[in-house]
Order: sequence, then C-alpha cells, then structure tokens
Amino acid sequence: MHIPDGFLSPAVWATLDLVSVPAVGLLARKAQRDLEDRKIPLLGVMGAFVFAAQMINFPVGPGTTGHLVGGTLLAVTLGPAAAAVVMTAILAIQAFVFQDGGIVVLGANVFNMAIASVLAGYLPYRLWAGSGWRSAAIFAGGVLSVLTSACLALAQLLISGVPMPRRLMLVSLGLFLVSGLIEGAVTLAAVRAIERLNPVWIRSPKDSGSRVLGAVAIAAVTLVAGGVLIASAAPDGIWSLVGKLGLTAQTAPWLHAPLADYQVNGLESAWLRKATAGLFGLVLVYVACFLTGKFIARQRSI
Amino acid sequence: MHHVVVERWSRRSSPLHARDARAKLGALLAFLVAISTTPPQAARAFVAYSALLAVAIVSARLPFQGLLGRAALVLPLSATFAAVTWWSGDPARAIALAVKSFISGLAALLLVATTPLTQLLNALESLGVPRPLILVVQFLYRYLFVISEQAQHMRLAARCRQGLGLDRRSRFYAAAGALGVLFARSWERADGIYRAMLARGFSGRFSPLAPARFGARDFAFLCAAVAASTAIRLAL
Amino acid sequence: MSPVIQVRGLRYRYPDGTQALDGVDFHLDAGECVALFGANGSGKTTFVLHLNGLLDGEGSVEVCGMPVTKDTFVKVRAKVGIVFQDSDEQLFMPTVLEDVAFGPVNLGLSPQKAAERACAALEKVGAAGAIHKAPYHLSSGEKRRVALAGVLVMNPDVLVLDEPTTSLDPPGQRDLVKLLRGLPQAKLLVTHDVEFARALATRAVFFERGRVAGEGTVNEIVQRFSWSRALDE
Ligand SMILES: Nc1ncnc2c1ncn2[C@@H]1O[C@H](COP(=O)(O)OP(=O)(O)OP(=O)(O)O)[C@@H](O)[C@H]1O
Ligand SMILES: [Mg+2]
Repeated sequence: MHIPDGFLSPAVWATLDLVSVPAVGLLARKAQRDLEDRKIPLLGVMGAFVFAAQMINFPVGPGTTGHLVGGTLLAVTLGPAAAAVVMTAILAIQAFVFQDGGIVVLGANVFNMAIASVLAGYLPYRLWAGSGWRSAAIFAGGVLSVLTSACLALAQLLISGVPMPRRLMLVSLGLFLVSGLIEGAVTLAAVRAIERLNPVWIRSPKDSGSRVLGAVAIAAVTLVAGGVLIASAAPDGIWSLVGKLGLTAQTAPWLHAPLADYQVNGLESAWLRKATAGLFGLVLVYVACFLTGKFIARQRSI
Repeated sequence: MHHVVVERWSRRSSPLHARDARAKLGALLAFLVAISTTPPQAARAFVAYSALLAVAIVSARLPFQGLLGRAALVLPLSATFAAVTWWSGDPARAIALAVKSFISGLAALLLVATTPLTQLLNALESLGVPRPLILVVQFLYRYLFVISEQAQHMRLAARCRQGLGLDRRSRFYAAAGALGVLFARSWERADGIYRAMLARGFSGRFSPLAPARFGARDFAFLCAAVAASTAIRLAL
Repeated sequence: MSPVIQVRGLRYRYPDGTQALDGVDFHLDAGECVALFGANGSGKTTFVLHLNGLLDGEGSVEVCGMPVTKDTFVKVRAKVGIVFQDSDEQLFMPTVLEDVAFGPVNLGLSPQKAAERACAALEKVGAAGAIHKAPYHLSSGEKRRVALAGVLVMNPDVLVLDEPTTSLDPPGQRDLVKLLRGLPQAKLLVTHDVEFARALATRAVFFERGRVAGEGTVNEIVQRFSWSRALDE
C-alpha cells in the first residue's frame, strides 16, 4: 500500500525519512559497484518493466486477478541492492507523476516497499537457492515481501494514531496473506518462464550461507514486521519493555527533545508516548534488518 | 497513458512554471511539513492552507477542476481510513486525516504540474539525491511508455486467446509466459540502449546540460512560501 | 588511399550458439557509399555492431588504419557514427536536445557548445521543431531524424545507417536521400529498400548466412539475388 501524505504522524515519517535516505544512498552505491555503469539503463528499463508488468493479469480465483508486485523478482534477477534502488525509483515516479503515495512519507514507503520488502523477499532465495528448496524459497520470498511491506505500513499507521478495530485488522491481515500468496505464485511462475528463455537472467547467489543462520534471519525479519504490528497495537508494551531495559533514562531526553514543540501545541502525552514507542520499534526493525544483512554478508565472505 | 496530462501541464507557462524547481521543491516541503504537524483540531489553519494553495493554483494558470479531479485520486483511500477513524469515535481526527491527505496531494500535484520531470530530477540531484538513483528514475520514465505499450499489446493478444476456453491454470501459466517475454524484451532493450550509449562515446559519466539558475525571484518565492506556511502553522 | 573500414575474416557467435557472422571480408573507401543487402537474420546488424567495437568477434576490423580494440574504442567511436535500427534504443535522454547533445558532451565539449551543435544538427535533418520535446512524444519518422541528428552532430568520418528508411514517409525518404547526398562522409547503408540504395550507393554487398555472398553495383546484386519484391516474373 502506498501511504499518502497526511496519514502518518511527523515523528513516524521523519524517522523513516532519516532511515531511508542514507539506506538508499548506500544501496545505490553498492548497486553501482556490483553492476558497473552499464546497468544504469538496465535498472531503469527493469523499473519500467515492473510498472508495465502490472498490466498482465494473472487469474487467481473466480472473477479475481492478481499481478506482479516485483520486489522479489527484481532481487533474484538484479541482486537485492539493485532491486531496492529500482523499487525506490518506481515509488518516486508513482509519488511524483501518478500521485500514488505521498512526498514527505516517501521515506516510509521506500522503507516498507523498497528496502524491507526486497530484503525479506530475497532472504529465502539467498539461503536456499542452491538446494532442492529453490522453488519454495522463491515462493516464500514473494509471500514474505508482500507481508513485510503491508505489516510495516499497517504498523506505521497504528503508531501514527489511526485507530483500527481488531476485527478490521484481522480482515486486513487476511487480505495481506492472500496477496502475499498470490505474489509468491506469480513470482515463481515468472522466474520459471524467464529461466526457460535464458537462464543467465536469474542470478544465483555466489554461495549459500548457513541454513540455520538463514532460518534465524527470516524469522527475525518476519518477527520484526509482525512484532512492530503487535507492538503498535499495544504501544505501552514496548514502552514498558524500554523502561525495564533501563533505556528510558538515556533515550528519553533525545527522543523527547525534538518533539517538545508538539507538546506545546496541546497534544496529549499518550500520543507522544505512542509515537515515541513506535519510533523506537521502527529503529529496532531497521537495526535488526541491518544486522541480519551484515551477519549474512560476513558469513558469505568467510 | 501515452500523454500523462500532468506532463502536458508542466510544459505550459506561468509565474509558477517559471520558478526554479529547487525553490518549488523547498516550498512544497515546507508546506507539507507544516500541514503534517498541524493538530487535527486546528480547523482555521486548514482553511488558511487551502487558501494559500488556491493562490498558488491560480498563479499557475492551470485548470482548477482538472487539478482537483486528479488530486481526488487519494480520496477513496483516505475516506476509508477517515470513516474508520470517525467510527471509532474521533471525528476531528477523521476530518483532519481526509483534509490533510487531500491538501498535501494537491500541493504535490501542483509541483509536478508546473515543473517538467527533468527539471525536478535535476533539482533533487542538486539537493543531494544520489546521481545513480536520479538516472534510474530518468531511464525508468523514458521507457515506461515504450514497455507499457508492449505490455498492452500482449494483454490484447492474451484476451484474443481467452475465447479458446483454457482453464484457469493454463491461463495463469500463459500470463507467466507473457511476463517472461516482456522481461526478456526489456532486458534486451536495455542492452541495446547501452550499446547506443557506447556508440556515442559514453565513458561512464553523464554530464547534465545547462544547470538551472536560481534567481532572486526564486529566492523570494521560496522565502514567501516558507514564511506563509510557518505563519499559518504557528499562528492559527 | 587506404580504406576507412577494412574487415577481414570476421566471425561472431552469439552466446546462445547462433553463428551470426561466418568469415566476412569487407572494405569501405573514403567518401564511398555502399549498400548492404541481405535476408532478415543474415547478420547485417551484427556486422554493424562490430564496426564500433560493440561486439568483439574473431578476425580483424580496422577503422582508418586503427585496429578496433579496447584502447582505440574512443577514437573509433568518434570516427564511425551508427544510426541504429531501433530509434527508441538510440534516443534515451529525456529531451531531444539533451539526446542530440549527448555525443558532443561525451567528446568533451562544453554544455553550451554541445547544445549549439545539437541545434544545428537538428536543423539539418529538419527536426528543429522537436527540440524541447520528449522522445516518446515523437512520431517514428521524427525519431529517425533525431537519431540521425544525434550521430551527425559528432561529425564522424563514416556514417553507418541500419534500416534508415523504415517508418519514414515517402517525402521523408526523399529528404533523407537529399541530405545524405550532401554529406561528404563515407556511408554504409544497411537496407531492404532497393530504390533508396539505387539513389545513393555506388556499390552493393550481399550478405547470406553471415558471409558476403556477392558484390557489385546495386543493379547487378538485385538481379543476381532476385532482390526485389516484384511478384510477376
Ligand atoms: N542477442 C542475440 N542473441 C542470440 N542471437 C542473436 C542475437 N541477436 C541476433 N541474433 C541472431 O543472429 C543472427 C543475425 O542477426 P542480425 O540481427 O545481425 O540480422 P539482420 O541481418 O540485421 O536481420 P534484420 O534484417 O532482420 O535486421 C540471427 O539469426 C539472429 O537470430
Ligand atoms: Mg538488423
């Protein structure tokens, strides 16, 4: 889902902008290093491909069709860093040209759909591409990528104070799961079709990392995405956790300082607490994703 | 799809069109941040934001209705969320949600409707967005229409075959096959583009043509926009 | 006088195993205009790509006496200008002006100088009206002209045109003939259009399955390979 402007509270979008900007910068540099300059047109054209691919309908149920979202497909063809850059470019075009998604919340959308989603979608492939589980990994990647981005978006909305009755939330989660399954099936079918045309286009990861570590990594990504959701539904939980860990004393001042002027404007402290808790949760997600990535990279280089 | 209406608008001329893209981008960000940080109860502030925006739209000499219609694309989504919010007993927040998303969307639309995408990208680059990303966006936009057209042809072809009475499973795999072909063509096109670039002496660096000039008027515009947004935010 | 292009025993096999070129010998003299005929898939485009070092086959390719290798790419590409078969691939910049100026900027010209030359080149091909347009708004005939301008602006010694007349209307084809006649460069025209070749080329070469199967005047080649679309024999 592309979050429009006006939905997220300043603390949430500001944090995510702050997270996404350097992340995209790093990824762009990495993508360029991985792929040489020749790939700049390639990345652009593949972005256009993902856009255009939405016109190709996949029949999935009686009277319903689905289409490719693309993060996982891009990751297994271009590599995860390049895929994240392409997804970022797509989101930028959608926001600026097609008014799909907001401008100040672009960082949030990029984080959900270009960074976390692509990483989650690539992890299973990264780990099981060389095994008999390859197809399952691609499928799982598709499912995970959609679930991750949707759950993150939902969590950010909740943290921003958009209320969501429990029943509605269950329905949304069910829908996310269905879209995830569709994306998994479509991605797998697409990868197979592409491979039949020219197997070179599907990049195999140089070598697979440890399976156990991989399982841990996937669990981590899923848990943080799901965890954020739960945490944001009950922000007091995470807040008290922060307190228990004895973090409050150190974190509170710098978390509160930039928000001080909102308080002046009569915003109740419950909102502030929620926002801060959410902010903290999101930083946790980021750190977790980052560390997982680092860990896997280290594993690979050994 | 071939002619995005916004792009046609962006090539017109008006005082707002004439402003440097960086000034407009800065103004938009100030405006959006002001709106986003405005508490839901501040109804007068939202009226003032709308008035400010209306002034900008008038000076851009763009069709009012067309702009509003286009900006209304966000309404189904924000109306849904607003309804849920209202339903759970917070009408002020519900209205603020819908109003904020609509005004913000309209403001962003006004930027792209008065600024050709190339200028906007150059502005983003001079504000520090990494060059590779800018170039990817540029190539994406350039080939969006070319490849969408191919996809459209494939969709037509697929629809023509639908009469053959295939079951869902085989239609699913046919769609996957089409996707594969579209992928292959896109990839090969990218190779062709790169060859054409090399043939014309590309050595790994893009150099932009004439950089835009940031004049006194642009500066004045930026200051005015930031001041107005801040004033509304703080005073109302 | 040594030929501007000299190719000997050129072979190329695509990664998928297609032997697209199978020992091509070819030369092009300064100021000469040669037509290259051949069936679809006979290797014409593949051959053209070698003239700029864009593909690297076995055998030798020399441009103005320089062997085409990594070290000479820059010089070779400034000397041989190729107008590709697919103009959409050639016009990759956001506006026509930027696209035509792309080559000169790469040659090291200042942006202003490059833009000036680009304007002049667009004027020459009769596309000055499109200067600020985006390439995807152009008709296919206009795209061809702009693509040609993008190559002319580099002022190369050799012009290679891959199917230049496709999607040009008859007046456009006439203009192209006139324009090319006025240019002093050596030209290689890859074409299926016999009329067009007759109007310009002094010599024709015929490709068959990646080899040169025949050489002569345009009329000789057309006759020898029954290379016309006349249905009544
Ligand atoms: N990228 C590629 N990979 C594999 N085979 C290729 C590739 N490009 C071309 N070929 C094959 O090489 C052969 C020569 O192709 P080429 O494009 O040079 O022909 P051509 O003479 O230009 O044809 P046309 O008149 O249709 O333009 C053909 O059999 C074609 O299928
Ligand atoms: Mg050809």
